[in-house]
Amino acid sequence: MNAHATGAMPEITYNFAYLDEQTKRMIRRAILKAIAVPGYQVPFAAREMPMPYGWGTGGVQVTAAVLGPDDVLKVIDQGADDTTNAVAIRGFFEKTARVATTTSAREATVIQTRHRIPETPLTENQILVYQVPIPEPLRFLEPRETETRQLHALAEYGLMHVKLYEDIARHGHIATTYAYPVEVAGRYVMDPSPIPKFDNPKLDDCPALQLFGAGREKRIYAIPPFTRVRSLDFEDHPFRVQRFAQPCALCAATGVYLDEVILDDKGGRMFVCSDTDYCNERQEAGHRGEMAGEAGRASPSPQPSPLRGEGADGALNLSPTGKGRPEGPGEGTWGVPTTPSSAGDPGSARAAPSGMTK
Amino acid sequence: MSQILMAAGFADPVFDQQATFRAAMWALSRPGRVEPIRAGLAPPAPLNAEAAALVLALCDYETPLWLDPALAGAPAVADFLRFHTGAPIVAEAREARFALIAEPVDMLDFYDFAQGSPEFPDASATLILQVDAFTAGLVLEGPGINGRTAFGAAPLPADFIERMAANRAGFPLGVDLLLAGAGGVAGLPRSVTVKEG
Repeated sequence: MNAHATGAMPEITYNFAYLDEQTKRMIRRAILKAIAVPGYQVPFAAREMPMPYGWGTGGVQVTAAVLGPDDVLKVIDQGADDTTNAVAIRGFFEKTARVATTTSAREATVIQTRHRIPETPLTENQILVYQVPIPEPLRFLEPRETETRQLHALAEYGLMHVKLYEDIARHGHIATTYAYPVEVAGRYVMDPSPIPKFDNPKLDDCPALQLFGAGREKRIYAIPPFTRVRSLDFEDHPFRVQRFAQPCALCAATGVYLDEVILDDKGGRMFVCSDTDYCNERQEAGHRGEMAGEAGRASPSPQPSPLRGEGADGALNLSPTGKGRPEGPGEGTWGVPTTPSSAGDPGSARAAPSGMTK
Repeated sequence: MSQILMAAGFADPVFDQQATFRAAMWALSRPGRVEPIRAGLAPPAPLNAEAAALVLALCDYETPLWLDPALAGAPAVADFLRFHTGAPIVAEAREARFALIAEPVDMLDFYDFAQGSPEFPDASATLILQVDAFTAGLVLEGPGINGRTAFGAAPLPADFIERMAANRAGFPLGVDLLLAGAGGVAGLPRSVTVKEG
């Protein structure tokens, strides 16, 4: 169909975007039903992909099904364009679909994401594809699929409120900080994938189309543009997002999600934008944080730097993209710590989180 | 055996299917907005080019297809669709995943098509209605719409607003509509609220 035959030597070619056409049609039909019933998890016949479960097989299949030759693809992993998962998936589509790729959230028409929503506001011609490890928000409360299916059918979400209530009883506040459950269009309770709850407000009334793909669990769900998405809460314990005590150390941005970077074994740390594209854009516009150094020194590096947070030239030379995040980039499971407070330095006597306040 | 001339399918199946799907996806994502379809098909009458493109992009051997009496009365239509998609054409409307309706004015009740079940609301029919023009006269609200939007199409059943209200009341069960014709497709998913404009 889309094979590019070249003379005598057999060349390995793929159908456009890797998947065969029947698979794409099956996924596309699931996407259409997911859009028609916002927040409902549509079962689909997920295929084996040339990457392990947990590395975004669901997101990749959704992206492959929607992608066209004129699309511009951006892939982020925890906000970064240059981590292993993002680089690998971008390379996968460069090779199998030959589409243009970008790191700019403004230029992209399709953005595949693992566990973040870009800080740059999305537009109504964009598609945001989430990689989802566990699509069922009730799974850790009720392990049986037959039961959770009934609970969704009956809109019986008391269990989830009990869970949030137990958080309050135990910790004095709702302690769920990522994969925070939401109610979509007043009906289905949905897992927004392990994005920090900081990103939950961006789900609501978003101009872009949001598609969620879970490969191992074989589910696709969606939030159409301009759809009401409410984070579950209580009247006396309203939903609140994390706040950071200081701005980004590199671009001085406030009101964005920050990653904590451990600088040494003496308790030194810095907080930088999790969204590398946003941070680079701000630095290019002349914004400088307190650890950005003089202009021109800590120039933004869109390419992955071989130093990648090693600080070989001194800690101040940390590229905003090499954040030294403690967790591996591909461990796409629900247990990945996504808050700065959980990324404490185990070797430091002052490991208590200091950058984040409730 | 006499030679039968079969109307051509997509010139470039991969990219034409993708473009047609994207039109349908945006149509259902933004109800009421007409997304252009440029497929270049010349299917046998009374099947129109836009509806034919949707079927060729979305249907295959997994999707039972139902044709309304106007389409079922033209054997060339069934031959064309069967040849290009491999979809089984069923006589019972309730068994269909996709239904093609050339004459919406006389169409069956929405309840005659698969509604899905409370556990699997996705196991419902998608109805492709052929229309001649996109007009005005209706107001849409719901997911995918920033506030409200004006919409209209012709021809539609006389009791269209009542049908859509009943369809909405059954949410999350119900059917999803793709209105195809006049160079484009518009979507009315079951989540949409249709009122008189």
